[in-house]
Amino acid sequence: MLNKIIKTALLCTLMISLSGCELALFDPKGPVGEQAKLLIFISVGLMLIVIIPVIFMTFYFPYKYRSTNKNAEYKPHWEHSTKIELIVWLIPCLIIIVLATVTYQTSHSLDPRKPLGKNEDTVTIQVVAMDWKWLFIYPEQQIATVNEIAIPVNKPIEFLITSDTVMNSFFIPRLGSQIYAMAGMENRLNLMASEQGVFRGMSANYSGFGFSGMKFKTHALDQAGFEQWISKVKRSPIKLDEKMYQMLSKKTKDHAVQHFHDVDPLHFKKTIEKYTGVQSGK
Amino acid sequence: MANKATIITDPDPFTGKLTWDSIPLHDPVILPVMIAVILGGLALLIVITKMGKWQYLWDEWFTSVDHKKIGIMYIIAAIVMLIRGFSDALMMRAQQAFATADSVGAGYLPPEHYDQIFTAHGVIMIFFVAMPLVVGLMNVIVPLQIGARDVAFPFLNSLSFWLFVVGAILINISLFLGEFAATGWLAYPPLSGIEYSPWVGVDYWLWALQISGIGTLLTGVNFFVTILRMRAPGMKLMQMPVFTWTSLCANVLIIASFPILTVTLTLLTLDRYLGTHFFTNDLGGNQMMYVNLIWAWGHPEVYILILPAFGIFSEITSTFSRKRLFGYTSLVWATAAIMVLAMVVWLHHFFTMGAGASVNAFFGIATMIISIPTGVKIFNWLFTMYKGRVEFTASMWWTCSFLFTFTIGGMTGVMLAIPAADFVLHNSLFLIAHFHNVIIGGAVFGYFAGITYWFSKATGFTLDEKLGKIACALWTIGFFIAFMPLYILGFNGMTRRLNYYDNPDWAPMLWIAAFGAIVILAGILVQLYQIFISIRDRHKNKDLTGDPWNGRTLEWATSSPPPFYNFATMPKIHDRDEHYYKKEHGIAYEQPEKYAPIHMPKNTWAGIVISGFSLVLGFAFIWHIWWMAIFGFVGAIASWIIYSFERSKDYYVQVPEIEQIESVHLADIAEHHPISKTSP
Repeated sequence: MLNKIIKTALLCTLMISLSGCELALFDPKGPVGEQAKLLIFISVGLMLIVIIPVIFMTFYFPYKYRSTNKNAEYKPHWEHSTKIELIVWLIPCLIIIVLATVTYQTSHSLDPRKPLGKNEDTVTIQVVAMDWKWLFIYPEQQIATVNEIAIPVNKPIEFLITSDTVMNSFFIPRLGSQIYAMAGMENRLNLMASEQGVFRGMSANYSGFGFSGMKFKTHALDQAGFEQWISKVKRSPIKLDEKMYQMLSKKTKDHAVQHFHDVDPLHFKKTIEKYTGVQSGK
Repeated sequence: MANKATIITDPDPFTGKLTWDSIPLHDPVILPVMIAVILGGLALLIVITKMGKWQYLWDEWFTSVDHKKIGIMYIIAAIVMLIRGFSDALMMRAQQAFATADSVGAGYLPPEHYDQIFTAHGVIMIFFVAMPLVVGLMNVIVPLQIGARDVAFPFLNSLSFWLFVVGAILINISLFLGEFAATGWLAYPPLSGIEYSPWVGVDYWLWALQISGIGTLLTGVNFFVTILRMRAPGMKLMQMPVFTWTSLCANVLIIASFPILTVTLTLLTLDRYLGTHFFTNDLGGNQMMYVNLIWAWGHPEVYILILPAFGIFSEITSTFSRKRLFGYTSLVWATAAIMVLAMVVWLHHFFTMGAGASVNAFFGIATMIISIPTGVKIFNWLFTMYKGRVEFTASMWWTCSFLFTFTIGGMTGVMLAIPAADFVLHNSLFLIAHFHNVIIGGAVFGYFAGITYWFSKATGFTLDEKLGKIACALWTIGFFIAFMPLYILGFNGMTRRLNYYDNPDWAPMLWIAAFGAIVILAGILVQLYQIFISIRDRHKNKDLTGDPWNGRTLEWATSSPPPFYNFATMPKIHDRDEHYYKKEHGIAYEQPEKYAPIHMPKNTWAGIVISGFSLVLGFAFIWHIWWMAIFGFVGAIASWIIYSFERSKDYYVQVPEIEQIESVHLADIAEHHPISKTSP
């Protein structure tokens, strides 16, 4: 019985470690994700300094000092040891000091607001969470899409994120960090893809009945491919005007990918200002 | 169901929003459950009536102010709600196991139903399973451990319990009348606001939590005062048993954090009922304020759940290692440190909301610091076993399982505390795996250990040990099979609360997780069977001495169950392990020279009646039936006023009655020698 359990456990561990290389967060496609992965490994490694001895002791102590083992030492009144107390307070403290330093540094170096490159290289994408779809606006290219984006590889991308409905979270696991989309507010998220590919994106924060369908594909393309994609979107016959936006604002589930060849450059700003009471353009 | 329910903007003056359509007769999942519950409930009522037990229930239980009986009622209610909450879990696992699809319609549950289930699961498990288990165990044990005859405010204790029951009843009504919130268990606005959730579901959530939350706050005050003011003569703070210490800290957290919940719920109620704009998208509403407030309550809440469990493990480890607890002082300080830190880490629940790097770093580091005292506690339990004589009873099985499981949960917790790592792990199934890891592997295992350990103290007979061990093994194995895949899925980018998903890679892990849930189900069934068997064999398992485990603290000095006044004479405290000290020195179970009359509180109708009116009030508010709300409000206030004018609230137990009760116990002791006094 015990043998069987151990065998199954070993098999599972093997399976997990084999499949590990395919897991989204362990196979990131951008520098932000790379650093998050590294951070996960560093933190686990540091903690294992304590965790491994603890787990060893949780098995060894009850086994060694089982009541049937009369050879083991028995000290029923022993309840204090300054030496042990010092060790069990100090070692975790030291580890946490190291981990806290790492935390402080990475909180700043991986701050979602921090640009990943020069301003002129950066591609800006404005993101609006809607019920239940994502609207993406490329202000420089003057195009808009629903539930699909394309980005050039090795170029810093800045997402400006808001919501025209309830709280959502904008998340592309293979690229790295997520951040909340909230009405009347703009959140910033800087990401970059270092490899071509199609990466899934989603809303990570529950937002109502159509939430599970709030997913989109991110196409990371080379510069030529990206420009091609832009011109493809530009060929779309539909324009994102006020009337179109009213239609988009209706609650829909599993909204199909849509492309718009033109969009009001102030659309994103207006979406935010709608909730803050500021009148745009005046 | 929310999508089919019509949104009523103009409630009828007599029936409010309630119509015949509010009963979900069209739903193939709910209807059979509803019929079963109605038939089962009717059967129960008929059996009680036939057996003529109403008077007994009313006199001995419903109106009781005896902390031990209130504690037992809390735990029974928690077990009933556990079955409900766990059914929700099984339904979710089943849905996700079969819901690979590109678009809505996969699995057997539409999102309108599924989203209510995961909301109800979270709310029920935290508020109506974990909380009553904690409060129930505190009720049964804390007064006994400190040598008190009851809590400081016995009537408030009864009221707390019945207000909690009102919350549980409202949640269960929502299953058959209207719908429950489909917002996630913390109901973030603006989704929970009237604009995005115009149905009554969120109102059920609001009133159930508001009413039971007030009950919890009263409990907090009650036990805080009880522990500080009603300890037996000679018991210094640093001589209190660790469970009492952790309960004290948990109650401080209740007093500090539950008012925040009350205010937050009130503001959201105003938004929904009066059209204010505290948390709306527009007109200056601030949803981030809600998220801060709800977690300023929510984080201390998880420590309210876990700290008493830590106390339980401390008692059990020391008893069954046959050794004094290692590092008592540092355990107490670690508990106090956790209590303080618990109030200053709430922001780690939403690093991804967009606070600045330094703010995130502060809360991240504050969170990690909690792992230091928590780690110290684990070492203390380990070194309590070190050079002991460890006996593997069922409660010790739970403890060992906890040590291993919780250590892993602690590690993943620290990972989530690093903001930059949390940015990819937050809202994923990794998070779900983490908090189930610490709540099941930490808190729930602790409550099960405590129930096993103290069962005889409450009932007079012990639980079946062998079935207890089987249940522990099934729970542990089931936990790992159910939640390790969720850690992996989190690493693979699967987020929480999905009704369906288009990534077939996720499916196998979800099948494994569903199987794990079935193993846990087997564990729960074994536990129910264990309770049944133990009741059946209660004469065989009778705890005649009141001290079946060779215990160390004061609760074991009483008979099982203790007399309603707990202690015939006030114990004088010499040592931290008072009962063990007396056994060692041969002065346990000594008959006092004479008894004095004991001052005791009388039972009261007020707790259940005031709560009954509160139920009417809550129900009326949910359905916008204003005449009924006025009736409930006036009824509750009037009952309280009438109660406060009652003159005879207490009485004295006379010496002959005490002598009679005590002589039976002392005779039992003389006949069935308690376990040897010094060595195992």
